[in-house]
Amino acid sequence: MLFHRRDFVARTLAELTEALQRAVFTHRYARLPGLLQRIDPRAKLVTLMVFLIGAGMAHRMETLLGLYVFSLFLAIVSRVPLGFFLKRVWFFIPIFAGIIAIPAIFNVITPGRPVLTIFRFSDPISLLGLVHIPQEITITQQGLKGASLFVIRVADSVSLAVLLVLTTEWMRLLSALSAFRFPRMGILMLAMTYRYIFLFLRVAEEMFLARRSRTVGHTPAREKRRWIAGGTAFLLNRSYNLGNEVYLAMLSRGWNGKARILEELRLGWLDALWVAFSILILIAIVFSEKGLI
Amino acid sequence: MHIPDGYLSPSTCAVMYAASAPFWFMAVKKVKETLTARMVPLLSILSAFSFVIMMFNIPVPGGTTAHAVGGTLMAIVLGPWAAVMGISIVLLVQAVFFGDGGILALGANCFNMAIVLPFVGYYVYRLISANAPSGSKRQWIGAAVGSYIGINAAALCTGLELGIQPLLFHTANGTPLYCPYGLSQAIPAMLLAHLTMAGVAEAVVTDAVLAFVRKSAPLPVKNSFKKEVTA
Repeated sequence: MLFHRRDFVARTLAELTEALQRAVFTHRYARLPGLLQRIDPRAKLVTLMVFLIGAGMAHRMETLLGLYVFSLFLAIVSRVPLGFFLKRVWFFIPIFAGIIAIPAIFNVITPGRPVLTIFRFSDPISLLGLVHIPQEITITQQGLKGASLFVIRVADSVSLAVLLVLTTEWMRLLSALSAFRFPRMGILMLAMTYRYIFLFLRVAEEMFLARRSRTVGHTPAREKRRWIAGGTAFLLNRSYNLGNEVYLAMLSRGWNGKARILEELRLGWLDALWVAFSILILIAIVFSEKGLI
Repeated sequence: MHIPDGYLSPSTCAVMYAASAPFWFMAVKKVKETLTARMVPLLSILSAFSFVIMMFNIPVPGGTTAHAVGGTLMAIVLGPWAAVMGISIVLLVQAVFFGDGGILALGANCFNMAIVLPFVGYYVYRLISANAPSGSKRQWIGAAVGSYIGINAAALCTGLELGIQPLLFHTANGTPLYCPYGLSQAIPAMLLAHLTMAGVAEAVVTDAVLAFVRKSAPLPVKNSFKKEVTA
């Protein structure tokens, strides 16, 4: 949860618009004839988990960097433009991870072998006996390595997850979930939630845009809170009405309370090959971590 | 509060999935038992609502803004088990589709925001507003305090999960392998932001929306709210 001093209407509007744009751009690549698009979503889901576990288990920089290069290769062979992919992956999460990892490079957080001395106090400092600051503030080798491992691991994980999303249509992903015995009711709810998120994003965007276009000058914080509460409640109200209407529409189309998945998925040789390959990668990571490769 | 992948070790993620699994199982069972067929689209649409309000910037005292989760609000209106289900679905959509929060870390995120938050918030609300007349001051205080404590309990859990990483997972020379901040840094960092900002935003949203619901919401909302209040 982040806090900003910018106008709350402008800030929310920007976030809503970005979410909508992101969804639109995501759909664009899921139907391209690339490698990952050809693979069954169940196989993709399994291999994503395998790769994520692999990234989690890897403790060597070379392994993590290798996985990152592999994710870039996957993006290229799946026809996802590299610039778009890099922007989508790095924007926010790994950059944020990098920023929050900065204090961890110093000996105050991660003690270890000094690499560079930044500041020297006349004596060590102790604040109320709770916080101890050493006489020398240094960047440590362990801190640098820990922070780098942390950032690249986050980048690996985000890259792999983004690849899954960019190369798989949402409904196919839902079909894949049903194959893993995910409750049918949960899948039905997921499908509906996903659909209505876009409607509500649009409604909320219009609501905030209308507010912005009517606002002149300074608004007291109390009034801002009142407005946002009213807006939230309006959306809740609308959700209830819509929920009832959707239920009636479902009934009129013959819904009997059971969720059905229309798409039947079929595993092919490419899927089997892909799963086997990902397991080989995981084994290679385990062996390399143990120093056997 | 969404933990991305890479911050927690795979074993911590596995433990958090295991910790969340019984709650998901019970939530599906309870929701199937108690929700009518009409409530399935309603709960889905309310999950979408929850997703969107998580994006609203709520002005809080001090001139800044914070995001709310709406977990206690959902628990008061629909019951805590429905909130577990609804918020878990939101977190799954956020993780898979929008990249907010990790896929391996989904168990941890659901434990914090979809289980701890609504349950703590709801039971604090019930404790404070027990036998209070509908619309009484005690009821509003209960909802606000419940929301505030609920989100802070979730933040504390997040801080604990992040803070144990360097203690449990480091190399022989002390290099941290996952989140590099220990308990003494992760817990204050999480709690400071939530005690001062996000907790206030959560309380403001819960009380304000419930007030609006009482005044002008359609019957099902009022009924469910009344039912929880008078239960």
